[in-house]
Amino acid sequence: MKSELISRKYLIPPELSDRVFKIITAIAAFVVIALMVAFFVQLVWYSMPSIRQFGFKFIISTEWDPVKNVFGALPSIVGTLITTSIAVAIAVPISFIAAMFLVESAPPCIQIPVSYALDLLAAIPSIIFGMWGLFVFVPFMQDYIQPFLAETLHLKSLPVFGDVYNGFGFLTAGLILALMILPFICAVMRDVFKMVPAVLKESAFGAGATSWEVSMGITMKYGARGMLGAVFLGLGRAVGETMAVLFIIGNSQNLSYSLFSGGTTIAATLANNFAEADGIFMSSLFELGLILLAMSFCIQIVGQLWLNRVSRKMGER
Amino acid sequence: MKKKLTIAAVLTVIMGLGGVVAKAAVINGAGASFPAPVYRVWTYSYKKATGTRVNYQSVGSGAGIRQIKGKTVNFGASDKPLKKADLDKHGIVQFPMLMGGVVVVINIPGIKTNQLKLDGKTIGDIFLGKIKKWNDPAILSLNLGITLPGIPITVVHRSDGSGTTWIFTNYLSKVSANWKNQVGTGKAVKWPVGLGGQKNPGVSGNVKRIKGSIGYVEYTYAIEAKLSTTTIKNKAGKFIGPSIKAFQTAGANADWNNAPGYYMVLTDQPGDGSWPITGVTYILIYKQQQNAAKAKTMLKYFEWCYSQGATAATRMSYVPMPASIVKMVKQMWAKEIKANGVAVYK
Repeated sequence: MKSELISRKYLIPPELSDRVFKIITAIAAFVVIALMVAFFVQLVWYSMPSIRQFGFKFIISTEWDPVKNVFGALPSIVGTLITTSIAVAIAVPISFIAAMFLVESAPPCIQIPVSYALDLLAAIPSIIFGMWGLFVFVPFMQDYIQPFLAETLHLKSLPVFGDVYNGFGFLTAGLILALMILPFICAVMRDVFKMVPAVLKESAFGAGATSWEVSMGITMKYGARGMLGAVFLGLGRAVGETMAVLFIIGNSQNLSYSLFSGGTTIAATLANNFAEADGIFMSSLFELGLILLAMSFCIQIVGQLWLNRVSRKMGER
Repeated sequence: MKKKLTIAAVLTVIMGLGGVVAKAAVINGAGASFPAPVYRVWTYSYKKATGTRVNYQSVGSGAGIRQIKGKTVNFGASDKPLKKADLDKHGIVQFPMLMGGVVVVINIPGIKTNQLKLDGKTIGDIFLGKIKKWNDPAILSLNLGITLPGIPITVVHRSDGSGTTWIFTNYLSKVSANWKNQVGTGKAVKWPVGLGGQKNPGVSGNVKRIKGSIGYVEYTYAIEAKLSTTTIKNKAGKFIGPSIKAFQTAGANADWNNAPGYYMVLTDQPGDGSWPITGVTYILIYKQQQNAAKAKTMLKYFEWCYSQGATAATRMSYVPMPASIVKMVKQMWAKEIKANGVAVYK
């Protein structure tokens, strides 16, 4: 056995193979950066005709007229912001409470299956949410939730709701997005809360604090930054979500105040129009893509920064 | 030894597969979604009948045109005809493959199919958002004797760019001055009101789901989804319901001899029995073919579509091209389609 090892002949000398390995790994790592840069450059390149023609007006114009070839991104941008805000506003508090329960007060016989379910939920493809949204949730919104909000709560006189509803629109899309990002946010928050040192909590209990006081005073304060990181992760997913939103947003380029009315998001506009667009229309779509990339890029960067700061802090203590 | 055998076996299989692929040329096409249901049946039956494989991807008319110009497919398909100048610039020819009707579908409780009568101006005003309720005087005056509910109208249109939209907006631009000035004709337009549905099934699905809605789809999808269609006043002033016969009548009055490059739009055609929103769908191919054998196979397929494919097309509520036009197209093939300077089709 030993002699075999010694007499083994290398195809390439070990020093060289080490170097080759190093180079290959370096290339692989570089590909990631090259891809990122290539994406950005390509998007800017293809958006140039649109940027040159419409300038800054592209971002603030509500005009979207493929016949006259005049394009403005405001309806898409506003739609993206509204649906994302609704999603985050609903998903964050629920995830927070659920994560708190899982870490603080759930017995293991509940905590383990719920944790698994949470991870499974995060793995559901978005198209499933879209289909479910279209076939189950939209009729439910039309028949129950929207009449309840408009008629029973008399919110129809407010401009942000209105009395015309058909199940589609910003509110429905925002709710579906909330369901989609909930498992992500909840899973990260659960992990953040778990990072709280047991010693801290035990000493608080020892000092006579109630569960409520420990949750609010210790766990939440300790995990505040991690929670923000979780929120940013959810935000990142909600901003770029396409298929689920496409089915239920209503796909209208008209900007409206009402949450019941149809609208569009950047991702939905792109998916809807790519097949048939050409010329300046295509270029405008690329510019929309560039805006979306910039938006999710910012969210990711801010999110990463928060997470980095959190983990560093954990290391110090 | 065993290893070598395995390698040899794998190589044989790979080479064998290569041989098979090389033998049966695959014809690739892409484009319009309007005739896609028929094309799908055609490619399937043709494979069964002759063994020749034809791939068709219904990616939309615009993408079809882009792909044939980029030479990534053997033929393109479009619902919107290209102008003669554009065809000549790229050395492409187009010829009509099928005709079909776009129908207006509604979802009003208590209103049966073809019971509601509409004219071009009213449809235009509904899609412009000027008529907001079903009991609007403009609609009531066309429908004496029917009680229409006072529910709001929800317009449903295509969210994606599409040849169906092009045909529909082309019709509206012809019959409604307001529409022409405010919106115009296009595969995607600036819809003043309404919700967008993804492709034909998305529109029919949304119309089915929303009470008080109105939309437009290719006729087959209306039948499939069991939606109520409407009767529409045609150019001759007659109210007519959608049917294959009505699409055919619209096509019969068209003057193909004086249509350079087969540029023909069949909306708002004269004739008592003409369906006003009829469209033609086209195939685009290069005049100069790279591969004579492949070009021959492709033209043979189109020939089969015209003859054997007609039954399937009619069954799916599309109208096959009349014999006189097929004859014209074949003459054009014989004259124009060449590979290495030699005519491919005889």
